[in-house]
Amino acid sequence: MAERSVLLSVQDLKKTYVSATGPVEAIGSITFDVRPGELVCIVGPSGCGKTTLLKCLSGLLAPTAGSVTLDGAPVTEPPRTMAVVFQEYGRSLYPWLTVRDNVALPLRARGVPRAERTTAVERALEEVGLSQVLHKYPWQLSGGMQQRVAIARAVAYQPEILVMDEPFAAVDAQTRADLEDLVRRVWQDLGVTVLFVTHDIDESVYLGERVLVLSSSPTFVQEDLAIDLPAQRDQLSTRALPRFTELRTHVYEQIQRAKRAETAPTP
Amino acid sequence: MTAVPAAATAGTAVPAPGRPAGRPPRTRSRRRRKALLGFLGVLGFGATWELFARSGVVKQEYLPTFTTTVGRLVTELGTTKLWSVVGDTVLTWAIGLALSVSAALVLGTVIGLVPFLRRATHTTVEFLRPIPSVAIIPLAVLLAGLSREAALIVVVYAPFWQVLIQVMYGIADVDTVAQDTARSFGLGRWHRLRHLVLPTALPYVITGFRLAASIALVLTITAELVIGNPGIGLQINLYRSAPDAPGLYALVLVTGLLGLLVNLGTRAIERRVLHWHPSVRREGPQ
Repeated sequence: MAERSVLLSVQDLKKTYVSATGPVEAIGSITFDVRPGELVCIVGPSGCGKTTLLKCLSGLLAPTAGSVTLDGAPVTEPPRTMAVVFQEYGRSLYPWLTVRDNVALPLRARGVPRAERTTAVERALEEVGLSQVLHKYPWQLSGGMQQRVAIARAVAYQPEILVMDEPFAAVDAQTRADLEDLVRRVWQDLGVTVLFVTHDIDESVYLGERVLVLSSSPTFVQEDLAIDLPAQRDQLSTRALPRFTELRTHVYEQIQRAKRAETAPTP
Repeated sequence: MTAVPAAATAGTAVPAPGRPAGRPPRTRSRRRRKALLGFLGVLGFGATWELFARSGVVKQEYLPTFTTTVGRLVTELGTTKLWSVVGDTVLTWAIGLALSVSAALVLGTVIGLVPFLRRATHTTVEFLRPIPSVAIIPLAVLLAGLSREAALIVVVYAPFWQVLIQVMYGIADVDTVAQDTARSFGLGRWHRLRHLVLPTALPYVITGFRLAASIALVLTITAELVIGNPGIGLQINLYRSAPDAPGLYALVLVTGLLGLLVNLGTRAIERRVLHWHPSVRREGPQ
């Protein structure tokens, strides 16, 4: 830990899109660090450039200025030690591949030998509670199960950091609660670092050890909040804690303030 | 005649594993109804033909009755001559289709993958595509004489464009999230082509192939009629000059049956290869 106090470092990240009406500043300037083993939630008002930020972090999009560093190396293309779970599981999973083949594909591309691959795939599917659907196709499963498959694919990839882009925005409330607990469990079981992007304030407080509140566009980090809730969380008792209510009220106020402050103050 | 089992046989290619029991019987009864309707349609067609031919509007030496024609067809089916003629046609068709489709697949993939080539070829493709294959028969004869090779040039031409365009569109249709997924998981060029781009293009390719198979058959017989290379088309011409009307009409029925078989075959392939595609798959969460 001492030698690697920072896993992911984002310095003064800026992203400006060129549009027909002139340049649009999506991200003003974002700076934050993620330490190894952390579970960090990023929350912000809609349209604040969360997805843009995530694409820059994962090497899918080049920032206009600033830098992203993972494990000391600048991110210029998707890093090997990062796995991404996308919001649109229906498009992220390939319908022509079975559940098993979807999970195995990144390992195959990396040249992992068959036997090792099989073990990794089975273990990952077990981790997300889906060992019984190996030979089904994604479209034969419910939305929640499909997103579990996507998480299993990310887990099997054995990343150091797991980046999730509003992964549960498209599933119903009950499934969502189950999936939130799954993320906490995966994080604890595997000791992986998790960066979880969401627009849901309750979700960010319930899941995170730390919550980064983003401002409206052009975006900066409005607040970096430590979540001092107990490590063992469950949907009923954690959400009933007075501290949970305080934290979520606090984040809620921050977001409201972000929405009101259309003229961007300096961070 | 055998239009009936079309839907039935093709439909059974993909069994839907473990889904609600309510569905199959309903589909089956619908299929049976469709089969019955198809059969009635053929019967109606035959009856109209029979009445028309017997009415004397057209001389029977130009239009034999339906029953005479079917009778002749049955007799012909017992001769080796018919089968060798059909064999010639099928061989030309198969070679032409294979050449056409494989060339279009390779070229379409390459052009589709390289934006520069796509832009550079767009106008040329749009110019060459609408030229009817029949219009290039003189050119083909000039190049290859009155031979099967000349027929092949004609057979290859039109289906080639059909498939090429489909492949190019298919290759360009890769979903952005699927593409981001592939990139973020470090899939290299080859794996992206093999596991993302080609499967995305597959439904387009299959549609192109289905159209190409039918067009190729029409062109094969057209070429035999005009160029005179051995096959059903040439035989039709011979029966015309004999004159042997029942033989001629029996062969026309044979071409119809061949077309039907081609369609059945390509549909069966489609159901098998695209079993995962929303247009074919039978089950889902909702």
